[in-house]
Amino acid sequence: MATRRLKIKDAQREAQHFLRRNLLIGIIIIVMVVALIMRLFLLQVIEHDKYTTLSHQNQLYVTPIEPNRGLIYDRNGILLAENLPVYNLEVTLERVSDLPKLLKSLRELITISDEDVERFHKLRKQRRRFEPTQLKINLSEQEVAKFSVNRYRFPGANVKARLMRHYTDGPLMSHVIGFVGRINLQELRRIDTSNYAASQYIGKVGIERFYEGALHGRVGYERVETDASGRTVRVLSRTMPLAGNNVYLTIDSRLQKAAYEALGKTRGSIVAIDPNNGEILAMVSNPPYEPNRFIHGITSKEYKSLQDDPQQPLFNRSIRGRYPFGSTIKPFYGLQGLKLGTVTPKFRVFDPGTYQIPGNKHIFRCWKWASGGHRHVNLRKAIVVSCDTYFYELAYRLGIRRLADILFQFGFGKKTGIDMREELPALVATPEWKRAARGRSWYTGDTINAGIGQGYMLTTPLQLASGTAALAMRGKRYTPHLLHHQVLPNGMEVPYEHKVLPSVDVKDPTAWDLVIDAMHRVITEGTARAFGTSTHYKAAAKTGTAQVYSAKRHTHLNKRALPEFLRDHSLFIVFAPIKHPKIAVAVIAENDKSKAKRAARKVVDFYLVGPPKKDKKSDKASADEANENPQGVVR
Amino acid sequence: MSVNERINSLLQQRFDERKRDFIMKTRWQLVHIDPVLLMALTLLISIGIVILYSATNQNDEMLYRQLARLALASIGLVAFAQVSPRTYAKWTPPMYLLGMGLVTMVLIMGVIGKGAQRWLDLGIIRFQPSEIMKLLVPMAVARYFSHVSLPPKWYHVVFASFLFLAPGLMVIKQPDLGTGLMIIAAGASVVWFAGISWRFLIILLTAVAASLPVAWHYLHDYQRLRVLTFLNPERDPLGAGYHIIQSKIAIGSGGLFGKGWLHGTQSQLDFLPEHATDFIFAVCGEEFGLWGCVLLIVAFLAVTARGLVIASQAQDTFSRLLAGSLSVTFFLSAFINMGMVTGLLPVVGLPLPLVSYGGTSMVTVLAGFGMIMSIATHRKLVAA
Repeated sequence: MATRRLKIKDAQREAQHFLRRNLLIGIIIIVMVVALIMRLFLLQVIEHDKYTTLSHQNQLYVTPIEPNRGLIYDRNGILLAENLPVYNLEVTLERVSDLPKLLKSLRELITISDEDVERFHKLRKQRRRFEPTQLKINLSEQEVAKFSVNRYRFPGANVKARLMRHYTDGPLMSHVIGFVGRINLQELRRIDTSNYAASQYIGKVGIERFYEGALHGRVGYERVETDASGRTVRVLSRTMPLAGNNVYLTIDSRLQKAAYEALGKTRGSIVAIDPNNGEILAMVSNPPYEPNRFIHGITSKEYKSLQDDPQQPLFNRSIRGRYPFGSTIKPFYGLQGLKLGTVTPKFRVFDPGTYQIPGNKHIFRCWKWASGGHRHVNLRKAIVVSCDTYFYELAYRLGIRRLADILFQFGFGKKTGIDMREELPALVATPEWKRAARGRSWYTGDTINAGIGQGYMLTTPLQLASGTAALAMRGKRYTPHLLHHQVLPNGMEVPYEHKVLPSVDVKDPTAWDLVIDAMHRVITEGTARAFGTSTHYKAAAKTGTAQVYSAKRHTHLNKRALPEFLRDHSLFIVFAPIKHPKIAVAVIAENDKSKAKRAARKVVDFYLVGPPKKDKKSDKASADEANENPQGVVR
Repeated sequence: MSVNERINSLLQQRFDERKRDFIMKTRWQLVHIDPVLLMALTLLISIGIVILYSATNQNDEMLYRQLARLALASIGLVAFAQVSPRTYAKWTPPMYLLGMGLVTMVLIMGVIGKGAQRWLDLGIIRFQPSEIMKLLVPMAVARYFSHVSLPPKWYHVVFASFLFLAPGLMVIKQPDLGTGLMIIAAGASVVWFAGISWRFLIILLTAVAASLPVAWHYLHDYQRLRVLTFLNPERDPLGAGYHIIQSKIAIGSGGLFGKGWLHGTQSQLDFLPEHATDFIFAVCGEEFGLWGCVLLIVAFLAVTARGLVIASQAQDTFSRLLAGSLSVTFFLSAFINMGMVTGLLPVVGLPLPLVSYGGTSMVTVLAGFGMIMSIATHRKLVAA
């Protein structure tokens, strides 16, 4: 059948038929080619400009260059915060084909902890395209060498040198300088993102945060040609970054160290101020923390343990700790009494050990009630022996508004304006405040309690030191500050801009003489004999006790039997020398009756006399320790 | 006198030319090489190598490897040209069956291995049976029609369709969409040349159009993605659309005259993916501009045109259909590649024949041209 069909094939006709089909195909091909060329014409001629722009965008890349962060020095030029070159292991994910494999083989080569990996996975979710992610921070030299030799095995991984913040004094300056950390989302909204295009760190707290704008500097830019994997092929132009300002603090780091050592293990705070200008010489919050741990990205576990620490190392007591004044409030009230003429220097109150508001049954006790009180007391003696009854009477006579008024004048109850963002205003209680905050009206009893610095009135150690400085200067006030001056990258010095504060005016200058003399006697014959006198200077001081636990009337019960955290805080303010004051100090020692005085002495001595010579006579005053008992009780 | 002499000399000249022509022709015929096709191919391959050198970022090793493949493929071309079309026709059925067997094997192994499987490892050589099918399918269909009185009846077409649809669909399932489509195109072009009736063609095209949704169902996910990306490349600029966007940027930024050889930033800086293989046409567009592209297209046209001329001069049905189909398929694969690179067609994994870096396709393409040359030179001496 097939052979027969073959025979009837008409070769001629078939060839002609084929030719026709062939021509048709030729036409179709021509049409296709024309379409293709038209397409090319569209892309290469009509839309040429658009694609040229896109092509340039592809290869031209503007890389920001991080400015060097400004350094931080103390007042004597001792370096406190520096930038150290650190070698980091970084991974560019776009160039990694198999991430788990890469991590596995990297971990075989150098030790990478689980925390590193956890942090890496966290970081890589928020990175930009072709931005390297840090896998391990601070490689040792051996690790750098080991990696470099094996680098060819790890495409996408790289060791990069970066400058990282380092705090030379570690915990010592933690509550002053604070620390820098990775920029988080909230901060990203706040900052000028283009200026931070190259920066990974930002000041989180303290000086690092307050002077962030000055310390950070201006970003630089580099126009580079890159390939598709983001590698720089060549640099086209460069705008150098402008380094941040160097910051010189008013802190004397040696005094700061002495203050820490003076507190020892006791929780609390010491603030030392130069009364002549408000410069903060030392500001200690104990216990401190290690700021360098935050820079490399603290693990959540580590952070939690810091937060849950009952010692609260992250809590900056100096500016955020709110403590009752205790008896340290008395000199201020005394001044108000004299100024307004409510009392005269000669005016005497009889102290039988207790006090009653006229027409009220409630009994307020003087701390010396058990031995029958202080008998006849004038203002001078009331300050020297810290007589509560006198000040109950004074508070009663002045009334809450006048009490609050003098405290406000000394700068209590509002932020001092220190160059720290974290500062709290503490509290000077008024009837208005009580109604708003507690929803209750003010009782006379509240006034009486306020008269001896218990109850609602609260102060921060910084405010207390600042108020003491104002006492020392007979009313002249300066904003306490930490910045001494800044040095711009071009070498120009910019000093701290002093803000003028209204002075405290007591009208009669002898009022100052009386109160300061009384405070001097506090040391020589009063409640602070434990402070001891010095041959080098004359000091003026006042003690105070802040109640933690209300022991009701049984004040003679053994306080030492109480758990430590319920024991009273001791407060101490001091300035010296009396004639030309150079230093004013406020100390708060939590749950420790006697620490404040001794710590203050060490600080003042260190500053006015110099480092202690190694003779052991420090315990001579221990007998006087328990001198001052807790104050009368609030109902 | 002078007129006579001049006439004589003119005649003599004509005679010499003819004689030389005849001798030349027979010489070329002796080695079974078609000089015109050879020239066109040489032009195309030369342009291709110039582009490839730039596309590989001046990688000498890759260039040498491509040249080695070219040498091997050229030997293949000459060898294939020596075999007469009759021999090809004779051996077509068993070879086709063998090829089908291999394609089936690859598919089954792929199913067992749960993944893409294109290669068949025969110990000494590894090769893709699908590539061989690009030659065997048009041979088989041409061979079938050579025994049919043309134009074919509808049932002839249906049977012929089985011959190319079966291997084509199997290759698509491998999955290798590009090669599978080319196999189908090769078979279909034979049917076209055989003289399928217009009415039947329209019915067939309608049927294909109707079956597209079904085909969509059988496509692999990444193949569907490619079609979707073709329809809107910007829907996934960093994923599937990245190729086509970068390729359009490369071509568009080339402009009329291009950025100059070795100066295409898109390809030299690796923004253009697959720039030595499937997307090499974009390198041409970027570095040589519109004129470079037109020149390359003209070279492709020349090769195709010569193939079609040879087909039309062929003396038997098998030769005619085979030469026509191979030429058309060659052009079609070039067109599909250029269409996909310029964003005219969806991205199917097809290299630019004779230009893209890679071995297998070069060998089969040049083997095909060997067959065409065989058809051109194995002519019965007929009085002309």
